[in-house]
Amino acid sequence: MNELVVVSGKGGTGKTTLVAAFAALAEKTVLADCDVDAADLHLLLEPRIRRREPFKSGHTAFIRQADCTQCGVCDTHCRVDAIRIDRDPDGNPTFSVDSISCEGCGVCVHFCPEGAIDFPESTCGEWFVSETRQGPMVHARLGIAEENSGKLVTLVRNEAKRIVHDRHFELLIADGPPGIGCPVIASITGASLVLLVTEPTLSGLHDLERGFELADQLGVPTAVCVNQHDINPSMTETIDRECEQRSIPVVGHIRHSRDVVHAMVAKQSVVEYTESPVAEEIRKVWHQVNAMLQAGAETRA
Amino acid sequence: MRIVIASGKGGTGKTTVATGLARSCEGDVQLLDCDVEEPDCHLFLKPNIEGSEAVGIPIPTVDGEKCTGHGECGKICQYNAIVSLGGAPVVFPELCHGCGGCALVCPEEAITEVPRQVGVVEYGHSGHIEFIQGRLRVGEAMSPPVMRAVKKYVREGATTIIDAPPGTSCPVVEAVKHTDFAVLVTEPTPFGLNDLTLAVEMLRKLRIPLGVVINRAGIGDDGVEAYCRSEGISILLRIPYDRRIAVAYSRGETLEVAIPEYREKLAGLATAIAAKVSS
Repeated sequence: MNELVVVSGKGGTGKTTLVAAFAALAEKTVLADCDVDAADLHLLLEPRIRRREPFKSGHTAFIRQADCTQCGVCDTHCRVDAIRIDRDPDGNPTFSVDSISCEGCGVCVHFCPEGAIDFPESTCGEWFVSETRQGPMVHARLGIAEENSGKLVTLVRNEAKRIVHDRHFELLIADGPPGIGCPVIASITGASLVLLVTEPTLSGLHDLERGFELADQLGVPTAVCVNQHDINPSMTETIDRECEQRSIPVVGHIRHSRDVVHAMVAKQSVVEYTESPVAEEIRKVWHQVNAMLQAGAETRA
Repeated sequence: MRIVIASGKGGTGKTTVATGLARSCEGDVQLLDCDVEEPDCHLFLKPNIEGSEAVGIPIPTVDGEKCTGHGECGKICQYNAIVSLGGAPVVFPELCHGCGGCALVCPEEAITEVPRQVGVVEYGHSGHIEFIQGRLRVGEAMSPPVMRAVKKYVREGATTIIDAPPGTSCPVVEAVKHTDFAVLVTEPTPFGLNDLTLAVEMLRKLRIPLGVVINRAGIGDDGVEAYCRSEGISILLRIPYDRRIAVAYSRGETLEVAIPEYREKLAGLATAIAAKVSS
């Protein structure tokens, strides 16, 4: 089985636009939206949800006021400033846990001399298995201001892999999150191919370099696609040269086109929406990526 | 006054607004780049970096002589960062959140904490702007400790502009916490709208007042405008799509350098925010 993960250091470079187009072009594919923090792929694929599950991970401390003696031990030990102390007009304190700041380390729970702190498991979000016109899709929604996004990403990927296996499919395409932190590491570790989508801007180049470093550390094969290449042709050349020096294949350049936004408004992928040159360029990128996946699979076999 | 520039969706123009706003504000201005996974403000402000400090997470080291294999450390750790299988425990530094529980709970006092570097904070100046940025080391998963280290530089009395990472989860919360006002930068597209609603939900949960800047106005549909109207959210500024802005951005030029009339508009944005914060 092949797993393609589309990421970018910098946000807004066109990850979801490409994934939706690849989904339309590929056959027998399962889709995974690993951008659990701000998922957008569902807007283009209009999934019909078949299964819906809570995502439980970690714990959050909760102080039972009836048993709290306001000794302050919890506050002394908390390193993330999650203990709130409110005072009434006479200056008497009330201790409570700011559930948004609490990282669930449990130190206050352990050391509270009164045993007055509960530690229930947290529900941090939801995940879904859906059908779309392009095949099955696994997606999720991390609760607002929640943690453990990396664990939810891993769960989404594993569920998607299971469907690939069950249906005897051969390909998983994942839409990744921006950045280089926890959810990105969880998205790309062990992938068959990581496609880094960038744009010809100073920020795009800067973030791409950090992406290369991360992919290199994790030992995942990488390819690059330059989106909106005509915004700054000389920067596009710089990116191409940088990739050449690192022996990372550039699988295509995609022009700036208003059709991309028009397709999004029409809830379609670019290749479904239009036959214009931008769609043709995206098709070429897909053929290159697909060839790399096939070649990789042969090498592994 | 602390203003955070955020957005659910990436690539909508947070850095453009943050750097443009900092340049257009007069007086005592700080810019804190809290997008520590991909800090890009420096590319536009080209600050003179005057110093740096390492950011570490305190992780346990075990004195094998003192350890009697109680295993209390492994029991308290919620992150499986220290595992005891009888005998001296094994530490997995990448999983450690630095809560200090293992060191506190060890009956033999066999655990001491040593900082493990996860990033760096750099500081300096760009013209009249005091500049501070955090950089997460590549390969590290946890950005909040680096962001907390950047935010220690917030000075009372200054106008502090904070560039946040995209999204709505824990790193974003860390960036927006303890600010007076949030500017949400979005674009008028279905993706922009979807991620804007998530960001609004987050800020309302944190009780932080907010306003919206629509970047690349005119490219998509009117969903964002209609949403803001129905939610009573004020649209502070509309930046129409203009290829000159895209090209200037690609070269690392700030908005008010690319199109000088934005200096006044951004200064007006700062004044409008100050009025909202003080009211």
